[in-house]
Amino acid sequence: MEYKSEYVIKQISVFSENRPGRLAAIAEALREKNINIFAFSIAEANGFGVVRALVNNPEQAHETLTEMGFMVSFTDVIAVKMRDEPGGLYETARILGDAGVNIEYSYAYSGKDAAVLVLRVDQAEEAIEQIIKHGGNLLSRSLFS
Amino acid sequence: MKTWDPRIEQMPQEELKKLQYRLLKTLVYRLYSFSAFYHDRMKEEGVHPDDIRSLEDARKLPFMTKSDLRDNYPDRIFTASKDELVRYHVSSGTTGKPTVVGYTSHDLELWTTSLARSLTACGLGRGDVIQVSYGYGLFTGGLGMHYGAERIGATVVPTSVGNTERQIELMQDLGVTAIACTPSYLIHMGEVAAKMGVSIKDDTSLRVGILGAEPWSEQMRDRISDQLGIRAYDIYGTSELSGPMFCECTEQQGIHIWGDIAFTEIVDPDTGESLDAGEKGELVFTILQKEALPMIRYRTGDITSLKEETCACGRTHPRIGRIQGRVDDMLIIRGINVFPSQIEHALLTIPEVGQHFQIVVDRKGALDTLLVRVEVSRDAFSDKITDLMGIKETVAHRLKNTLNVNVGVELVEPGSLPRFEGKAKRVVDRRVL
Repeated sequence: MEYKSEYVIKQISVFSENRPGRLAAIAEALREKNINIFAFSIAEANGFGVVRALVNNPEQAHETLTEMGFMVSFTDVIAVKMRDEPGGLYETARILGDAGVNIEYSYAYSGKDAAVLVLRVDQAEEAIEQIIKHGGNLLSRSLFS
Repeated sequence: MKTWDPRIEQMPQEELKKLQYRLLKTLVYRLYSFSAFYHDRMKEEGVHPDDIRSLEDARKLPFMTKSDLRDNYPDRIFTASKDELVRYHVSSGTTGKPTVVGYTSHDLELWTTSLARSLTACGLGRGDVIQVSYGYGLFTGGLGMHYGAERIGATVVPTSVGNTERQIELMQDLGVTAIACTPSYLIHMGEVAAKMGVSIKDDTSLRVGILGAEPWSEQMRDRISDQLGIRAYDIYGTSELSGPMFCECTEQQGIHIWGDIAFTEIVDPDTGESLDAGEKGELVFTILQKEALPMIRYRTGDITSLKEETCACGRTHPRIGRIQGRVDDMLIIRGINVFPSQIEHALLTIPEVGQHFQIVVDRKGALDTLLVRVEVSRDAFSDKITDLMGIKETVAHRLKNTLNVNVGVELVEPGSLPRFEGKAKRVVDRRVL
């Protein structure tokens, strides 16, 4: 699905075998191209994992990693600014829950001025609309390209 | 020492060879006259039944291989009509198609007779309780051993494979004296028994193991004998011959191949040239009296050597040494034959994975494990873990269906498996026999 919204962010997802050195190889490749990683997570399954990252230049990260032989895909996610204090996560999670938006997975990072929750949801447009309606703050895709 | 059929088993070698020649000549005439497949084969080879004037002339006959069975699936080269068949056994072929072996009642009788002689030769008979822990079903091991053991008047405990703890209880409760299974399964049983607080050596009456269907070594024999306090005998057979058929005698100096049932040759696997007794090469059988699916010069793919001299036990029939390997890349996993080509064919049907794969065979405890490492196709990669797990399950399921053995699957990064120019070496075998 193609979202036109300025709040839909391209996350890179990289398939990785679960063995020593694979994350280092990915991180090294990004360092070489001077690509900054804002947030990342590793989802682990039996014997393999998927490394997911928000970077400042997803297109170039995709190209670089693909050239190196990695399997890379783009996935649409949204990133919500949270108050970095008790209840911050609850506010966002409640908005989505009330709107019937399901979270497939999520990870967070604590940024310079706020905590950020990265979300992969089943209905991105609905999620964006609801968060804005409830006065939430979304990071714009321009930050990540 | 007991002998099931002394007249045949101790027949002077000259006489035995005459008998083999007579049987061969009859077989060749019969097939040339009544089987289109054999007729054409012999014509292609430029050999006529009249050219067979001695036992040695057998080497003029064309070879048969497993692919002849596969290419004629399921029964196109059977030489008995359907209503004469009393049983089928089915084993996995080298590719997608299995191989089917049919039996007339005479074929079963011959198989049973062969095993009756073999089991008697390793000291079993009336009064023995034989636990058959080979699989019953399409695999030949279970039913074959079953009828052989009944024939000699032993009592059969048809446990088949699996449920090891129950097998050990029955072994104790029923006073089992002999077990027929794969050597690795017997070692596994010993380990499970130990966990249950049972010593097979001290707490059971087990004294004999009839072990086969997979490669093993003298070291394994010593280990089994020491740990379980039994005598372990090597048994040989393949489904194309009927099933398990030939076994060592109490001398344990090679496996007796009953000459009236099979004519044995050893050939150079590359040239097909016959080799002399004592030389190592590919084992080739002609089953002299089979009705439903006669095998002429069937290339087993097993490497061994032949001994022609009369055994110390008095049996005159030739013997083969321990199987020392394969001419092809066939693997034997928990008694089941697995060809890498079967795995390749199965993977080709799954677009989510690439064509490159690696097979890792290992032994965890006593049991073989098979792991297939396969690259995920770039097109199939999604960010979703559940999709990837689904691919993994699909591969495991497809391979299990094809191979009849449980397979571990590992998804790996594209391009990470070794590429080969020329002959691929896809198998990593870490087992120590």
